[in-house]
Amino acid sequence: MSQPLIRVEGLSRRFDTGGGFLKAPRSMWAVRDVSLAVGQGEVLGVVGESGCGKSTLARLVLRLIEPTSGRVLLDGTDLTTLGAADLRAARRRMAMVFQDPYSSLDPRYTVADVVTEPFVVQRRPVPPGAVAEMLEAVGLPASAAAGYPHQLSGGQRQRVGIARALALHPEFLVLDEPTASLDVSIQAQIIELLSGLRDRLGLTYLFISHDLGLVRYFCDRIVVMYLGAVVEVLPDTTTAPRHPYTRALMDSSFSPDPAQRRTLAPLAGEIPSPFALPAGCAFADRCPRADARCLAERPPLDGDPAHPTACFHPL
Amino acid sequence: MTAAARPAPAVLRAFRRPVGALAGAWLLLVIAAAIFAPLLSPYEYDIQTLKEAYQPPSAAHWLGTDEFGRDLLTRLMYGARTSLSVSAIAILISVLCGMTLGAAAGYFGGRFDRLVTVVVDLTWSFPEILIALILVAIIGPGTTGVLVAISVAYLAQFTRLTRAQIMTLKGETFIEAARSLGAGSGHILFRHLLPNALAPVLVSAMLATGDAIILEATLGFFGLGAQPPTPSWGSMMSAGSALLFKSPGIILFPGLAVAITVIAINLFGDALIAALDIRSRMRPPQ
Repeated sequence: MSQPLIRVEGLSRRFDTGGGFLKAPRSMWAVRDVSLAVGQGEVLGVVGESGCGKSTLARLVLRLIEPTSGRVLLDGTDLTTLGAADLRAARRRMAMVFQDPYSSLDPRYTVADVVTEPFVVQRRPVPPGAVAEMLEAVGLPASAAAGYPHQLSGGQRQRVGIARALALHPEFLVLDEPTASLDVSIQAQIIELLSGLRDRLGLTYLFISHDLGLVRYFCDRIVVMYLGAVVEVLPDTTTAPRHPYTRALMDSSFSPDPAQRRTLAPLAGEIPSPFALPAGCAFADRCPRADARCLAERPPLDGDPAHPTACFHPL
Repeated sequence: MTAAARPAPAVLRAFRRPVGALAGAWLLLVIAAAIFAPLLSPYEYDIQTLKEAYQPPSAAHWLGTDEFGRDLLTRLMYGARTSLSVSAIAILISVLCGMTLGAAAGYFGGRFDRLVTVVVDLTWSFPEILIALILVAIIGPGTTGVLVAISVAYLAQFTRLTRAQIMTLKGETFIEAARSLGAGSGHILFRHLLPNALAPVLVSAMLATGDAIILEATLGFFGLGAQPPTPSWGSMMSAGSALLFKSPGIILFPGLAVAITVIAINLFGDALIAALDIRSRMRPPQ
């Protein structure tokens, strides 16, 4: 791996729900001790079921929410300790594309207003011709600038969202399920667009998704999350999984080729409540390989440094 | 930057609906009559001509005269000045204060929010007329007293509405997107939250103006509003109530003026809501 642009060290976040009348306060760990690194120009995928903390992780990395503990280093600078002015300056180097293309654009802003907002926020003049240039880069006609988001389709809105993210020429983009709200045919276009932009602009992506098939197609390395913690890091998209959960995830995603489809062994049981974490491995009560040790002890993420797995009985 | 592409203002689009056009035309007529009263009427509103008292409608006096021989139409037009301006200015003050309080409470939350919510809920539990009567009793009768009373009476409504709007909008992804670009509270409040919260508050202000006209007339009827000889619709009705059977026009015409104007404001408000069409702009129909 090349020099890491983003380094996440021991990142955790606890959410407390305030107690009320006849209600005890509760707390849950949405993200538990996550460490990862994204190399310059790399696409790192993060997969997991909904509720596994991957969107929280995305927001922690960009410090849109504050971590309970841990650090996020952008090119060696710790983002979690920056003051307001320095953080604003650092935000020029990173941006985010959001899942919902409908609520991610202000309905009162024209497309031109949306893509120039980064300049307004950073108190910089808008370069002449920048609007048309940005729209062209994401495959929209310059005439779209005067329109409102409600006049655009979901795919077009997502292109506007990508143009906004790229406005200040960031190096690092967090893509939070950028295609999850789109039709399948549009998904492919957006992925093509993101892939092309990465090659052309040398971007680094943190790609959050629940779609393992998409992540395997698009990403260089894959981080698998379960209940707020990393269970496995796949060094590339072809390596066989070692963690039973990753295996179950892969089995549950359909292959387009019927000959390659395996018989499904659906996961039994439910994801445990993050309010009451099990003492041992979080996956133990759904895992076919679990034994007494898995229920009592939490497996650390170790083994091969290139392919770490948090499991006592890897495949 | 792209002003030409922005759609026509909602107020203009409200006029394109038949009901909206009719209601809007009446409101414009009343406002014009109030502004140009001295030019439109050959009579003075305060000169008494006792030998012409209690006249029925005629070519000289379209709506007849009152118990002091003053032209009723003239007094109605001057009365519109008091009633409309006091109501509108009071609601304007109420909206400005309510939006400031509600936006601050909804955006910053915490202890300030709890304080505002408790005070607002307390005043919300009293009828507006009671709050207004207490305040006029403290300040004293007259235009200023009524103005303050109406402003305070409707303050809770706008504070609550703005707070609720801001709290809903705060969770939208475009707010998070702005923060991810490095936007501070000022940008988020004034460039995103308040512009999006404005439309429903303005519609509510429009409808509240109708209620405020009734409240102003009520206070005037009790003799707490503008003092004679300055006419207001409420005080005119008060004077006419004693003469209901002798000369019904004295109470009937200001009563009709209040009723029709309030109905017109409500109908125009409805047309405005339809023209604003806030929801459908957020998401295309599924």
